[in-house]
Amino acid sequence: MKNSNKNSFNSTFYLLIVPVLIWLIFMIVIPHIELLISSFQVEDDSGDLVYSFNNYIEFFSQKIYWLTFVKTATYSIAVTFLAFVVAFPIAFYITKIASKNNAGFLILLLVIPLWVGELVTVYGWIVLLGDHGVINHFMMSIGIINEPINMLYTDFSMVIGLLYMSVLFMVIPIMSTLESLDDSLIEAACDLGASKWDIFTKIIIPYSMPGIASGSIIVFMLVIGDYLAPNLLGGKNSLWFTEQIYNNFLTTFNWNEGAAFGFLLLMLSSGIIWLALKLSGQNLDKVGS
Amino acid sequence: MNKILEVKNLSKYFDDFTAVKNVDFDVEEGGFFSILGSSGCGKTTLLRIIAGFQQESEGDVIIHGQSMKGIPPEKRPVNIVFQNLALFPMMNVRENIAFGLKRQKLKKAVINSKINEMLERVGLHGYENKKVTDLSGGQRQRVAIARSLVMNPSILLLDEPLGALDRKLREHMKVELKLLQKEIGTTFIYITHDQSEALVMSDKVAVMHNGQFEQIDTPRNLYKNPKTSFVAGFVGDTNRFELQSVAGDSFITKGGWKLQQPVLNSTATELYIRPEALILNPANHLNDIEKFDVTIKTVLFDGSNTKLSTTVSESTEELLISLPQNAQFDGITEGSQLKVGIHHDDLKCF
Repeated sequence: MKNSNKNSFNSTFYLLIVPVLIWLIFMIVIPHIELLISSFQVEDDSGDLVYSFNNYIEFFSQKIYWLTFVKTATYSIAVTFLAFVVAFPIAFYITKIASKNNAGFLILLLVIPLWVGELVTVYGWIVLLGDHGVINHFMMSIGIINEPINMLYTDFSMVIGLLYMSVLFMVIPIMSTLESLDDSLIEAACDLGASKWDIFTKIIIPYSMPGIASGSIIVFMLVIGDYLAPNLLGGKNSLWFTEQIYNNFLTTFNWNEGAAFGFLLLMLSSGIIWLALKLSGQNLDKVGS
Repeated sequence: MNKILEVKNLSKYFDDFTAVKNVDFDVEEGGFFSILGSSGCGKTTLLRIIAGFQQESEGDVIIHGQSMKGIPPEKRPVNIVFQNLALFPMMNVRENIAFGLKRQKLKKAVINSKINEMLERVGLHGYENKKVTDLSGGQRQRVAIARSLVMNPSILLLDEPLGALDRKLREHMKVELKLLQKEIGTTFIYITHDQSEALVMSDKVAVMHNGQFEQIDTPRNLYKNPKTSFVAGFVGDTNRFELQSVAGDSFITKGGWKLQQPVLNSTATELYIRPEALILNPANHLNDIEKFDVTIKTVLFDGSNTKLSTTVSESTEELLISLPQNAQFDGITEGSQLKVGIHHDDLKCF
């Protein structure tokens, strides 16, 4: 009896684990190994593939590549921070101030842009930010400005686009930690003589740190790996590292260099997240829960 | 004794509901004042008004002779220990206790010496670097009290702080809290629904019912001489009877029990008798005593708290009687008859 129980448990366990394993192995592990191998290969003069570090050397020797790399990293960090600045008041309002009914409606408003897809929202921003777009037209018609401000195809429009598509992923994790924040903690702090600023910096922010960290990881990953917003909203100088990868694969057909760049981007984002977790005193267990 | 807190005709209305109604009381400096009431009676609202988290609709709260109107919670000389303790989970014990002191911008050395003294006082020496989430219920309790006491408040407000503890620990903390209060001399205002907590710890207890104070008295008086039927029924175990008719020197309960007693209050509708006020086998020469027979239904054995469940003869009234704590009645059996007496003073009519 005992034995059969154990067997049935085992078979259920395998039944559940197999799809996960298939997914992990065929969709993630094998392609990455394949990419890793091909990133260390170059075509020699006769067109045969040989092992070499040339793809990586190319990256470090061409200024444009690693400048884009650094710019992508700093802008991603900046956008993540801006997303936090925008998302925190929203999350706080929805969880702590808005009534239950309003909260549901506000969350719906936040989610709606996701329904139409990033491409459509990006074109929405083009309509809004263009020289003859809605915002310029409005400001000129009420006389604030005489000439249209150049907003589209700049770093500004690119950051707006990235922020817009990622801010929800910062709001949700922060909301989930704030929901568990008991109001009596705020009252206790108040009772002990804390000012509003003290309560915010010493109680609310530290308490929601796991949510902020996991939101930051998601936003950072989305932003650093985004292609549409930098490509469609960014100007000529708004080079994004994903565009370099795209060019390698689809413009110059240098798949090996593209693979190398892809791996560099993976290393970069993993490294920055690791560093951020270390600096903020968080760990993946806490952030994930 | 100085009055440290005066609550003047305090009322609090919510939309269509009166949480606190014309509450009026004083608390003496250094006293342990409890507000006892069932959940929803308005005691938490009252406490929150004193602390400043809620605004009174009418009346005034005066601390040290100074009206607290418009003074925010962080500026009032009171601190509160919350029902769920509200310890800051991301801080350790020391940081929790230091939180309030740091807000006062005290020197580090001063803060440290105050914290060490407080840790010593509440018996948490050596725990300062532990996370509050790693502490036991009783220890968390002490951190919460230490965190408030270190602010040196004029009044410490405690909102059912023992509610979350198990029974054994609660009994222990009850004594500890009373001793701590005696030692430091801070005025405590303690709200609870547990009458034993209120009676054991307090100098004065206010019984609150439907937003009003029914009686403010010493625990002993509250128990011995309840002023209203609610207090008589709420504080301590008691037998309650509805009176059918009061005529001259006697009255009859609904269950047909006829008692002879000089009735003070001819409009009385209820009679309360404490289980321990009954005398088993009273001597014949005793005066001013109501004597009657009961039939024993069951013996409710509970160690030193053993009671008899009985029926009063020639009636349907049931009466709980405390059994004296000696071996005299060990052999008592169900179904047997027993002679019982009660002093006329112990028949409480309302």
